[in-house]
Amino acid sequence: MSHDVAVAGVGMHPWGKWGRNFVTYGVHAAREALADAGVAWADVDLVVGGETVRNGYGGYVAGATFAQALGWNGARVATSYAACATGAQALDTARARILAGMSEVALVVGADTTPKGFLAPNAGERWEDPDWLRFRLLGMTNPAYFALYARRRMDLYGATTADFAAVKVKNARHGLANPNARYRKEVTAAEVLDSAVVADPLHLLDICATSDGAAAVVLTSMAYANKHGLHQGDGGPVRVRAIATVTPTFPNTVIDMPLMSTDPTDPTDPTGTTGTTGTTGEPERTFKESIGHAAYEEAGLGPEDVDLAEVYDLSTALELDWIEDLALCKRGEAEQLLRAGDTTIGGRIPVNPSGGLACFGEAVPAQALAQVCELTWQLRGQAHGRQVDGARVGITANQGLFGHGSSVILSR
Amino acid sequence: MTETSPAIEGWFTTGVEPALVGSRCTSCGCTFFPRTAGFCRNPVCAGEVFVDTELSRRGRVWSYTDAQYQPPPPFIAATDPYEPFALAAVELPEGLVVLGQVAAGYGVADLEVGREVELVVETLYTDESGERTIWRWKPVESQGVDA
Repeated sequence: MSHDVAVAGVGMHPWGKWGRNFVTYGVHAAREALADAGVAWADVDLVVGGETVRNGYGGYVAGATFAQALGWNGARVATSYAACATGAQALDTARARILAGMSEVALVVGADTTPKGFLAPNAGERWEDPDWLRFRLLGMTNPAYFALYARRRMDLYGATTADFAAVKVKNARHGLANPNARYRKEVTAAEVLDSAVVADPLHLLDICATSDGAAAVVLTSMAYANKHGLHQGDGGPVRVRAIATVTPTFPNTVIDMPLMSTDPTDPTDPTGTTGTTGTTGEPERTFKESIGHAAYEEAGLGPEDVDLAEVYDLSTALELDWIEDLALCKRGEAEQLLRAGDTTIGGRIPVNPSGGLACFGEAVPAQALAQVCELTWQLRGQAHGRQVDGARVGITANQGLFGHGSSVILSR
Repeated sequence: MTETSPAIEGWFTTGVEPALVGSRCTSCGCTFFPRTAGFCRNPVCAGEVFVDTELSRRGRVWSYTDAQYQPPPPFIAATDPYEPFALAAVELPEGLVVLGQVAAGYGVADLEVGREVELVVETLYTDESGERTIWRWKPVESQGVDA
């Protein structure tokens, strides 16, 4: 049995610092996606919203907020929250109802309005909340975690700050013609390396900004798409082949935001009085590796089938980690791909042809959906000015706080 | 009257040889930090009883960075103007990696992946009732290898 569903339509509100209510962006993206699909709002029978946690109650019930804004139409509603993977989890919720035969046409929307500067925890004294404690006790910001991973690449694999800068240069070039990107300007390696160090070894221009923005996807059953002739002109709709939203496997041995420690790998009782356990040491794959692995398994595809990847470059160095986590090359070899131009549009496996977070900045509940929008345009051959020629299979990857992450595979 | 006390109660000891305090599951032997209670997070363990256990005072740097800009609240800066500090993730013999600030006077230039560090307790910030302390990682000096 096929587990495919159709991406009937995609739409975005341009990323930026627009200062408007997140609902405004979400409605704009939703209407773009519906128009792209050629589906009437009245025909949508499920709305799934990506929750935003910094925009009051309306953000907590985002699905209903968007449904009301578009005009109540009696659709079922759901709201998802999975940190940076919010959009993918929302998409997965929609897909599950469609595959169960309980919905035919789903509208998935994520939108955010973000504050300036470092993402900080919500206000109040919360001594039980690790996301609060890491700031209070350590001053551990998100970029500091990114910097730990970046430094490890340097000390273990010989990466340099020039490599990290080269990722930014590449992505800035990729995003130049992307109408939805916030930053559309060439950046030189010297500009990256001359920008202030935020968390050594990462410079300001290595780290993505926070942005306002919105992305929306209309998903339908394959039967509905065929019956209504959606995108028949361009060879049938793009299909969702996999949505992986797996959690880590104990012990999670890579330090993750917002935690201050990892799980223990060696559970041997040091006193020898209670015996040991059934854990088997370190798991076969790290959490991020397991996300991509699950997506490949679900799609019945492998890294060799992938024509392009949209990965979560919260920092330039993280893009290099993701290339390896998705098995697009061996561990420690991502810099070689980068230096050879393999990850540039026109290269063997273009990474972040949209320009990535480097050109967008992060709008948390919209970002995983924005990755899906980009893959869809690429696979349809509609990514003007940044098209990966002949792309047939694309993969996304992202990771967020508290054991969330996602990878989505789309194909023609 | 003011007095010195930990910025958070029960996470570390403050004697001559300070140590982080974790919880060891009496069923499976897994050690967790910060302390935990009620249920073991090892998926094959149904343990519910933990004993406090002092973690090793020495470990090796997994990675490191610094905070060149003042972190947002609820972080409280020790000085005005703000002075940057370094941070390290440290692998302990118990098999877990624990984050911490790096001891005063040390920066990223003093660190590398694999370097041995030792736990110390230093002042995080001072409030109306006195100094609030925190655990920090201090590079172990002169291993006699480097020139």
